Amino acid sequence: MKRHAFVPIVAAVAALACIPLIVHSNVVLNFLVTTLLLTLAGQGWNVLGGYGGQYSFGHAAFFGTGAYATAILQLRYGLNAWPAFAAGIAAGAGVGAVIGALTFPSGLRGSYFALVTLAFAEVLRIVASVAPVTGAGTGLLIKLDLGAHALQFQSRAGFYWLILALVTGALVITRLIEQSRFGAWLVAVRENEDAARALGVDPTRVKLGAIIISAAMAAAAGCFYAQYFLFVDASIAYGPWISVEALLAPIIGGAGTVFGPLLGALMIKTLGEAAKLVTGDVPGLDLVLYGAVLILVVGLAPRGVAGIGARFRARLAPQKPREAA
Amino acid sequence: MHLSILLPAIVNGVLNGALYALIALGLTLVYGVLHIINFAHGTLLTAALFAAFFMHQMLGLDPYLAVFILTPAFFVVGYALQRFIIGPASHGNDGNILLVTLGLAVIIENALLFAFRGDTRTIDVAYSFAVVPIAGMFISVPRLVGFGGAVAVALLLWWLLSLTDTGKAIRAVAKEKLGAELSGIDVAHIYAVTFGLGTACVAIAACLLIPTYYVNPHVGNAFVLIAFTTVVLGGMGSIPGALLGGLFVGLVESLCGLYLGESLGQIGIFLMFILVLLFHPNGLLGERA
Repeated sequence: MKRHAFVPIVAAVAALACIPLIVHSNVVLNFLVTTLLLTLAGQGWNVLGGYGGQYSFGHAAFFGTGAYATAILQLRYGLNAWPAFAAGIAAGAGVGAVIGALTFPSGLRGSYFALVTLAFAEVLRIVASVAPVTGAGTGLLIKLDLGAHALQFQSRAGFYWLILALVTGALVITRLIEQSRFGAWLVAVRENEDAARALGVDPTRVKLGAIIISAAMAAAAGCFYAQYFLFVDASIAYGPWISVEALLAPIIGGAGTVFGPLLGALMIKTLGEAAKLVTGDVPGLDLVLYGAVLILVVGLAPRGVAGIGARFRARLAPQKPREAA
Repeated sequence: MHLSILLPAIVNGVLNGALYALIALGLTLVYGVLHIINFAHGTLLTAALFAAFFMHQMLGLDPYLAVFILTPAFFVVGYALQRFIIGPASHGNDGNILLVTLGLAVIIENALLFAFRGDTRTIDVAYSFAVVPIAGMFISVPRLVGFGGAVAVALLLWWLLSLTDTGKAIRAVAKEKLGAELSGIDVAHIYAVTFGLGTACVAIAACLLIPTYYVNPHVGNAFVLIAFTTVVLGGMGSIPGALLGGLFVGLVESLCGLYLGESLGQIGIFLMFILVLLFHPNGLLGERA
């Protein structure tokens, strides 16, 4: 294992961790919290979609399960927020395992996998919008109980450091996957499933492992959402918005790279804020811009912003000839 | 359950299903030829519904007449989208096509939201609530028209694909892209024509839907998964499959709605969709992949 591979992560996290010491504006911190929240969900998508090549259009299924599990365990069963948070992550991973176990063995890939994940998220959304345990149409409100014991913080900085810690965990896990045998199998499955199988890789098991890790990260984002906003309903938790944004961040930033989701999340959140400045709070324009950026990135820079950087570095070192992409 | 409740539910389901079939026809045609799943299909339907709505509101044009303007207009829109955006941006890579059409869907839906807000609108035409008594049931006239329209479009498409030169070229590209290109067929053009035809189907469906339905920027989403279910059920790329699949999905939705209540009615569709994909991904009439 290469130790210096973690240097960029340590440097980035250390720099980010200092921000609340310098900036005290709630607006800025709120922006950074939502950006990191999206980074976490996007990193989840990245493990399965970026490294494994399995494009999910339904990561809301995991995000929402995490959010609902955290809220329900605290509200209905009086559980402390910390174990509820952990249980939420586990519940999301469980949903990932179920969806993976149903879809991968029957050979669903490409567009079919995208469609079936979308359908799972929709089924969960409809169930959550009528079932009494999820608060049906009115949603769930977590009681205000400030203090670290209840995972609720007086200041935005507390939440910021919490989500930064979660994102750090996701970055480290992604780097570990990248350097492990499992990561190599995952990339092999993405590049050519049949060839990977011929070399002795079990694609179903590899993809199953990836979807569980992926779902756990998306669920952690959902759990954090519930703690931060103290409110969950069906269209927030299982709505298509999170499925789309979780996919946009890594694709725009660079799918299959450790920092892709962070870069992408920063870009689309900045773009969204800029759109709000121009038009006020009219809904729609930010998402129009996201869609346009998505098409532009796919059309002009298929490997995302991180890919542009890599190409630029390659041009600076011309002695190594690179094959055309 | 008494037959006097069950029978109208079945008839209504089949009539609704015809419109699902019409929307699915466009999707299956595009899939059959381009081998792509067009995620923007639902939002194109939303756009067509808005177009039909404003044709009626601004110009006083009846939706059944607007169909003759909107169909060619949406053919052109679809042609341009494939030729100038989807084709060039996706570099022929499946994953990219998926993302580009998703991006288009996000853009169209939110541009409509931005322009018209989230309000739900309906139009008011004399025949919106007209019914005819058939065999003791009261059948909605606009739905009967929708059923007839769907069948007519299916026949027209069948004629176009099997008996015209363009149809022959489309089938050639669908079967063997390289071979078609070598024999002088302009594949990019045929792709765009096919996408245009798929989009035109959506415009026709919108004009047939609007007298009894409503429009808001998110309305197409309800139809996206229904159309995908229909297409998967009937077999990707199969036109008779899309027709039968549509009728079946309409029936399932209507019966699930009757037994489980309105909001859970759609669950039946999604569960059926997941089950078919898991256990019979080639659909009921689809060709072996």
